[in-house]
Amino acid sequence: MTVRIQAADFDVGAEIAALRRGNPRIGAVASFIGLVRDTNEGGTVAEMSLEHYPGMTEKAIEEIMVQARARWSILDALVIHRVGRLRPTDQIVLVVVASAHRGDAFAACEFIMDYLKTRAPFWKKEQTGGGARWVEARESDDIAAERWRLKG
Amino acid sequence: MLGTGSERIALPSAVRDVEGLRALLVARGGEWEQALAPSRPVRAAVNQAMAHGDTPVADGDEVAFFPPVTGG
Repeated sequence: MTVRIQAADFDVGAEIAALRRGNPRIGAVASFIGLVRDTNEGGTVAEMSLEHYPGMTEKAIEEIMVQARARWSILDALVIHRVGRLRPTDQIVLVVVASAHRGDAFAACEFIMDYLKTRAPFWKKEQTGGGARWVEARESDDIAAERWRLKG
Repeated sequence: MLGTGSERIALPSAVRDVEGLRALLVARGGEWEQALAPSRPVRAAVNQAMAHGDTPVADGDEVAFFPPVTGG
């Protein structure tokens, strides 16, 4: 289980290959890649900058991964989240989960992403035609995270 | 928003939890009052773990107030 916060881009293929290398117990790998869109809340986004809370951000994601491992049968997992300046089409976040069967990998991957959206301290500031603005949290993200609590 | 990333303060004995510390900072008025007003959706962490209003705060703790997160 690995968490990396970095400014640099990442190579999805290389990361997945490294995660599953030499482990014949892995029968399924699910991954999610978050990207920078060029529009948000009706405005055109030219660039965004991502800030985090060094120390706490890593801990928060590790805690989410520990919860995922307690709920599903996971063989390994990886989260990479970028910070700093990003432009539309750039990769922001990668979540990879490896398991014996697909059900665990799919569910844990979505759970980690839903919890990361509401519990990991990152903040986006967008540069739009009308100036810079901090992105506001979405209620839909809270609802997405809450689903997992109900399913328990 | 507050023009500062961090600040070290001596904790008054009357402040025992996150809500108490928030009230202390609101009492500074100005942008502090605006940013941390009870009506604002402010999240908090104590020693880098998500916290609630009734989470205890003691001298030496690292307490953070921030807006709802927007990563991913």
